[in-house]
Amino acid sequence: MSAANSAHSVVEPGAASKRIAATLVILYAVITLVPLVWIFLTSIKSPPDSISYPPKILFTPSLEGYCNLFTTRTRQTPEYIAALPEPDGICDAVTRKRNMVIAGPSNFLPRFANSLIIAFGSTFLAVGLGTLAAYGFSRFKVPLADDLLFFILSTRMMPPIAVAIPIYLMYRQLGLSDTAIGMMLLYTAVNVSLAVWLLKGFIDEIPREYEEAAMIDGYSRLQAFRKVVLPQATTGIAATAIFCLIFAWNEYAFASLLTSGSAQTAPPFIPTIIGEGGQDWPAVAAGTTIFLVPILVFTILLRKQLLRGITFGAVRK
Amino acid sequence: MAEIRVDHLRKAFGEFVAVQDSSFTVEDGAFLALLGPSGCGKTTTLRMIAGLELPTGGTISLAGEDVTYKRASERDIAFVFQLFALYPHMNVRRNIGFPLLAQGVPKAEIRTRVEETARLLQIDHILDRPVSGLAGGDRQRVALGRAIVRRPKCFLMDEPLGTLDAEFREVMVRELRELHNRIHATTVYVTHDQIEAMAMADRIAVMNHGVIEQFGTPQQIYDRPASMYVADFIGSPPMNFIRFDAGLPKGARTARIGAAEIEMPALRAEVAPGALALGVRPEHIRFSDASPLRGAIYGTEYLGTNQIVTVETQGGLVRARLPAGQSYRIGEPVGLSFKSERLSLFDARSGRVIPSVLHEGALRREARHG
Repeated sequence: MSAANSAHSVVEPGAASKRIAATLVILYAVITLVPLVWIFLTSIKSPPDSISYPPKILFTPSLEGYCNLFTTRTRQTPEYIAALPEPDGICDAVTRKRNMVIAGPSNFLPRFANSLIIAFGSTFLAVGLGTLAAYGFSRFKVPLADDLLFFILSTRMMPPIAVAIPIYLMYRQLGLSDTAIGMMLLYTAVNVSLAVWLLKGFIDEIPREYEEAAMIDGYSRLQAFRKVVLPQATTGIAATAIFCLIFAWNEYAFASLLTSGSAQTAPPFIPTIIGEGGQDWPAVAAGTTIFLVPILVFTILLRKQLLRGITFGAVRK
Repeated sequence: MAEIRVDHLRKAFGEFVAVQDSSFTVEDGAFLALLGPSGCGKTTTLRMIAGLELPTGGTISLAGEDVTYKRASERDIAFVFQLFALYPHMNVRRNIGFPLLAQGVPKAEIRTRVEETARLLQIDHILDRPVSGLAGGDRQRVALGRAIVRRPKCFLMDEPLGTLDAEFREVMVRELRELHNRIHATTVYVTHDQIEAMAMADRIAVMNHGVIEQFGTPQQIYDRPASMYVADFIGSPPMNFIRFDAGLPKGARTARIGAAEIEMPALRAEVAPGALALGVRPEHIRFSDASPLRGAIYGTEYLGTNQIVTVETQGGLVRARLPAGQSYRIGEPVGLSFKSERLSLFDARSGRVIPSVLHEGALRREARHG
């Protein structure tokens, strides 16, 4: 305990410095939040409000952007619209005011679903493979372990897009173009190196004694891994999963190159919304807002693990 | 419970030989301490008995069954780790019950056996606490609980008291020995602390550089060290060595050191002329003005009931344990006399003891063990 008072210990900051730190953090948060707030505000503006100059801070909120995001519409004569029965729901009403009727659902939901499947699927694969590989590298004498680890790292040394054309050609040959499984494999391949390196660090931190104790207590190595190592690696696994998910979720270049139809993800789809019927910024903003939600939810759910994970086990014992 | 038999055990890590040709037997219900400095191979020996390390050669048998290459989980042994290795994501109850879960013991029985064990170790009041908040002693008891709950063939302990503070270590030494007396489990206990080993063990194996220097009871090891290494490692302060050159015939009862003729137990072997060392425990030294072995007081350490007086002699510094009453001036000349029947004579080149009357009982006993 006496060591806590020594010169090298962490000193509790004073009230003034705490206040300065808090001010800086809040200031930074406000600055970074401005674009997000602007996107959200744009998503609830009407299209004329969204392009008005100077920009409107006060406006009447409208769901038009969200309606336009989820639907396709066709223009009709006012007579035709007047002859229609009562509007069915808000979107119907909003659309008719613009002399249009809803023709059917847009592609946004299926594209969003693609994003969910591909991003979460590839994250699951990358973290699963990464955990097993990291455990192997951490615990066993792997021949050429250092070289293999370097090789794994080297796959991240050039921007993934540099191999876009070979991958495009390969995928066309293999019939993986525009398939969810193809995108999942691609993102897994990119993420697995990150996962192995991050997780190896976390697993190295877990003392071998725990597994040895479990093996002496009558468990096989696999059981010891599952019952003793995995529960203690959750912090690292959560942190790694978030990094992998963020990459796979936001990835744009490969998605726009390799997907165009059934397997298209949300990032290449959202900009295309703008082309349908003029400058529909509220619909684009609505798509972006919804696109932000899953990562936000996932990060909030795992924030405890993530925060502990960022310290990389420095506070263990 | 079972006998552990280790036969010509050897372990090499590449070029480095951690354990070379160790053989010993731990009788059913006995408490063996593997004692030695760090890097002497004691932990490696223990890990091979546990199955956490595979030997390079030799055999290990538990209760008559050869387990040399069996998995740790198939050996039915318990291991207490230096840092306890309590599973941090489980509470005390689940930690202690974990080995029973592996055996597929029914839930109700796990419950009763865990509670029984906890009562034995007096930790039944903390059963539902997480292990992360426990004090050192309680962690130690939980680790012991996890070991004894499934009544294994033997217990292996790797410096389990190493991380406790000195005061508490004494308490745990007593508790461990009491526990052993109650459950009579064959135990192998690794330590670098001679006091722990002396206080708890029935047998001690003193190891150095992968070799067992001596295997015997604490009394044998202390009174009749088999080598200068053992004599120096055991005892605080350690045995004094008075070095001299001589050749002695078989049956010799005296040795001439400088001007003094020192009596000692009759030798049972002839000694070729060469460097020798006379081993004297500090408590076997008295000051006597008549003695021809002279020295001058070099320093004193007061220890309460007695004092350690260091005397500078021609053969080097000699430390004597004397009653605390008398006080000495530094530089004061004194004569030294030894308790002759307790002296050991070593061959200073090989470091081995030269057999004398002192060893007769011990040699017979060791022969029976070997």
